[in-house]
Amino acid sequence: MDASHSYAVLLAALFAIAAGLVGSVALMKRMVLASDVISHLALPGLGIAYLLKSNPLVGGGATLFLGTLLVWQLQKKTGLATDATIGVVFAASLGIGALVTPGEDLLEALFGNFQKLSLVGFLLGTAAVLVVVLFVVQMKDRLILDLFSPELASATGVNIARLDLGFLLVFSLTVLVGLRFMGALLSSALIIIPAATARQLTSKMAQFVFVACAVSLVSVAGGFVVSTLILKTSTVGPTIVIVSVLLFVLSLLKKK
Amino acid sequence: MTDRLLSVRGLRVAFGNRVVVRHLSFEVYSGDCLAIIGPNGSGKTVLLKALQHLIPYEGEILWSQEAHLGYVPQSVAADRQLPLRVRELLGAKARLLHLADQETEQVSSELNLSPEFLNSGIGTLSGGQFQKALIAFALLGRPNALLFDEPTASLDELSEERIYELVHELQCQRGITVILVSHDLSVVYRYASRVLCLSKGKPCMGPPKEILTPEMLEEVYGAPPQYYRHIQEH
Repeated sequence: MDASHSYAVLLAALFAIAAGLVGSVALMKRMVLASDVISHLALPGLGIAYLLKSNPLVGGGATLFLGTLLVWQLQKKTGLATDATIGVVFAASLGIGALVTPGEDLLEALFGNFQKLSLVGFLLGTAAVLVVVLFVVQMKDRLILDLFSPELASATGVNIARLDLGFLLVFSLTVLVGLRFMGALLSSALIIIPAATARQLTSKMAQFVFVACAVSLVSVAGGFVVSTLILKTSTVGPTIVIVSVLLFVLSLLKKK
Repeated sequence: MTDRLLSVRGLRVAFGNRVVVRHLSFEVYSGDCLAIIGPNGSGKTVLLKALQHLIPYEGEILWSQEAHLGYVPQSVAADRQLPLRVRELLGAKARLLHLADQETEQVSSELNLSPEFLNSGIGTLSGGQFQKALIAFALLGRPNALLFDEPTASLDELSEERIYELVHELQCQRGITVILVSHDLSVVYRYASRVLCLSKGKPCMGPPKEILTPEMLEEVYGAPPQYYRHIQEH
């Protein structure tokens, strides 16, 4: 394995940790489905980038963050329920994305592809993961109060709107890191499924977050092994998802 | 004369076209136990939220610089599946307010919260225990004014009695100012030093004996309250 492949594998492992962290918060905030849809916001940007033959991550990232801000604003301004707002934005991005993405690139945009990664790409991805980890660590206490009661959190001085926006942006950043090898359709799966698995296994918060990260890492490692060594394919997203689903099924065997 | 802790002038709270609180002015002094009463929809909870600047309002709400608030809400729609222990909840607030490590221990000891209680998941607490955890949460940071929004709404009579005894003890021992929303007029009569009555008409305020008269209550609630006979019998 050359250096560029090592960078890609390392970044996938870092993505797994970020996904475990963000996923456990999203699960506790009961915004798992909402979060799932956010990853699809990258699709129109990916499509436009493929059309213009430019970096797909730049295009995907742009529409991802703009879409996230749009969801946040729509919720604040219209008073619509989160699922309604996200439903509208989801349908719009999927429609636009499918329309503008060239046919031969659509599959890769949706399901990702394991490719070499430059040192710059690796460093940028690592910096993004660091931002995610720092946000969760720094905001841990605010997030706990918000999870328990947004009203009490506000009364304690927590700016809930700003915290929600921060979390949505960090969620989008995590999706962006995973976008190149998981695709727009699957990159949120690794945020959701390991957290759901960890919730089956423990009822203590610190353990829950730790187990979510561990399950996420095992899913990525398992998916890579199955795809590259057994199936001999560079499409790793679907196998990572299948491994994580298998771990979830196994977690159901645990007696409560 | 005791110090003025809170001054409210011309308060008005509206949601769209619906005005919930109008032309409200009152003052609260250190050590007061002010009970806020009124029928459903009269704006009691809204008033408590406005006092903490949690919702938009018009008018003036001025807390003295020494005021430090603690809040116990009517209910917390916390997800009972949340993997959160009482100790972690209190610890999060303590860290956020940069409190000393022993502060959580002090509050726990004052409220007789056992280590088992602190290690319990919030989803496993009974109604009374949950309310006690909320009071402990409110007491972190040594507030000198506590705002209670029907703290015993979902409790049985015995638990209700214990919570009010606890509130009363806190007031006596620490000299805490209490602003209490309650539907239970016997509790108001027993513990409040002053009563603020919110209704569709003009709000009124005074000592319990002046406000909790059958005539006044009939005007506010539209029917003579049963509690009055109960008090007269004793």
